[in-house]
Amino acid sequence: MAKLDAPQIVTSRVGLDDGHTLARYLATGGYESLRRALSMSPAAVAEEVDAASLLGRGGAGFPAGRKWSMLKKDPVTYLVVNGDESEPATFKDRLLMERDPHQLVEGVIISAWALQVTAAFIFVRGEFGLGLERVLTAVNDAYAHGALGLDIFGSGFSLDVVVHPGAGAYICGDETALLETLEGKRGFPRIKPPFYPAAIGLYGQPTVVNNVETLSNIPWIVLNGGRAFAALGKGRSTGTRLFALSGRVRRPGVYEIEMVHNTFRDLIFDPALGGGTTDDVAIKAVIPGGASSPWFGPDLLDVPLGQDEVAEHGSMLGSGSVIVIGANDCAVRAAWRLTRFFQRESCGQCTPCREGAGWLERILRRLETGGGRREDIDLLLDVCDNIAPGLGWPPQQTTICPLGPSIPSPITSAIALCKDEFFAHVEHGGCTDG
Amino acid sequence: MSHFLPGFRLRAEGIVALYPHARSATLPLCHLAQEQDGYLSANAMVEIAELTETTPAEVRGTASFFDLFHLEPVGTYVVGVCTNIACLLAGGLELLAHAERSLGVAVGETTAEGTFTLEECECLGDCDVAPCVQVNCRFVRTTTPDAFDSLIDQLRTGAIPEIPRFGLLSRVRRSVGLAVPTEVIATERARVAAEATSNDRAAG
Ligand SMILES: Cc1cc2nc3c(=O)[nH]c(=O)nc-3n(C[C@H](O)[C@H](O)[C@H](O)COP(=O)(O)O)c2cc1C
Ligand code: SF4
Repeated sequence: MAKLDAPQIVTSRVGLDDGHTLARYLATGGYESLRRALSMSPAAVAEEVDAASLLGRGGAGFPAGRKWSMLKKDPVTYLVVNGDESEPATFKDRLLMERDPHQLVEGVIISAWALQVTAAFIFVRGEFGLGLERVLTAVNDAYAHGALGLDIFGSGFSLDVVVHPGAGAYICGDETALLETLEGKRGFPRIKPPFYPAAIGLYGQPTVVNNVETLSNIPWIVLNGGRAFAALGKGRSTGTRLFALSGRVRRPGVYEIEMVHNTFRDLIFDPALGGGTTDDVAIKAVIPGGASSPWFGPDLLDVPLGQDEVAEHGSMLGSGSVIVIGANDCAVRAAWRLTRFFQRESCGQCTPCREGAGWLERILRRLETGGGRREDIDLLLDVCDNIAPGLGWPPQQTTICPLGPSIPSPITSAIALCKDEFFAHVEHGGCTDG
Repeated sequence: MSHFLPGFRLRAEGIVALYPHARSATLPLCHLAQEQDGYLSANAMVEIAELTETTPAEVRGTASFFDLFHLEPVGTYVVGVCTNIACLLAGGLELLAHAERSLGVAVGETTAEGTFTLEECECLGDCDVAPCVQVNCRFVRTTTPDAFDSLIDQLRTGAIPEIPRFGLLSRVRRSVGLAVPTEVIATERARVAAEATSNDRAAG
């Protein structure tokens, strides 16, 4: 049974037609949290966030409080918001930016106060024309309202926030590539070490990078207390989380539900959530956390939606996107398309990623379109093993950023779950799905 | 001679002023050039280099990395059809094939009269309305061949208010420059830090 009694922490306004306007935001308690935060010390605000044990919602799931505590002391520090959302089938940050941009902006200002940063930047994916307009309007209105700029609400605290448009490159979602882009360079992920922008980030200065959903939780946490947030969920996965559900389901969409107390089956089948599969088709596989995550077979539908719970079963909750692949969908085609995504979006710095993705894409394409060979299945696995030796999860890191070692996920998953389909493609000279 | 028209040049300078380092303005200025010209011309890149204190080669190097920057002229409407996983499952490849037939161009091409450029996109993040189509970075929610065709007809015969011409990424502009002088930031942050230390001392 799905557990749906948790409060709507970040989606309370997304159903309103005017939820994005300052007037509606103020009428529904907007900027109260900022006033509260400014009456507290920065350290006290940070403590609430730490007590909430809010895990980052961008994909890596790093605790926000801990990240904040790692920000190196320096006269010049920055906060950067990651609104580049481009992980396939992830569409929750866009919802928050379009539908409740003030909540994000308030979260940014509160965080900037807690962190005492010099300035903040909101990086919005270039393809989100409306999202960009909504966030820009919210920032403009926040200045006019006295929530941004000099001496915010008479508190003595001052802050500028700049909205920065992206330009269409998945890799800029990686925080170090994002910082490069923000500096006006190509989106090349940075070589590690330094491992954390909190030590060396934007323009070489200490920088906190947080995801849109992560920061959208901050106003609620400050108003209701970190402990109230931590009381929701279980174990390390506290609070609610946005799940973007797509594929073969009756009611695809973004759902905010409590962590861990719900399973993949609840999300897909509950009438208030996914409402079951399209035409009641059987489930072949579920991609539990974005294109980079290894797939779950139908036997794992009862795994709870929690970070450690999914990790225990060899995958990741990642970006919170759940894709349902139906019994009649071609697994080879799905693996091929996802591999093509990685091949197109590889930034090209590392050989295993750049060359490996190209090879894998070509092999999968020939399997899909005819011209595949029986040996191709072993060849795929062999190339995958070169990119991420041992093919474990989390994968061994052979490249500058995690994109490369994620490429094998859809391929090894599809082979593990649907090997027969690959051989059928060889025998029938390609896909028989049309 | 400035390549940016006077109004655009003024906006360009305002954008540069938002960043601690001029080079950070590269992407926003490339968008601005596309807003003016409909694509990113070589002359625009020369001026962007001057504004960002880099070289035209560096601007080109950055711009060519990104899918949204077009170094050659494109149509008034850039139509993108997504074929990534959620859209694939919903018939994205089929809709893309229909778009090619309907517009009479292959992916990457522009129609003869210069109205439409067709692109195959990676996930655009509208996965609950799949297959997803965007025109000039706006979601149009035409998931069937018929809906796609009627949208194209509509665009052929007149503009649709929600869809700006290609290059105009945001119809909203920033209304204020930076409001906080650097010295104010330094003084305030030092004051708060001093308060925190004295509180610690009082507590400890
Ligand atoms: C290839 C790649 C793509 C990523 N894309 C995104 C993204 O679109 N949005 C995002 O918030 N984080 C993305 N991340 C994760 C960021 O690097 C970073 O961990 C995150 O923004 C930190 O914010 P959080 O701690 O609040 O989650 C991506 C990482 C990689 C390696
Ligand atoms: S792994 Fe791929 S995307 Fe990441 S830095 Fe290397 S080449 Fe670029």
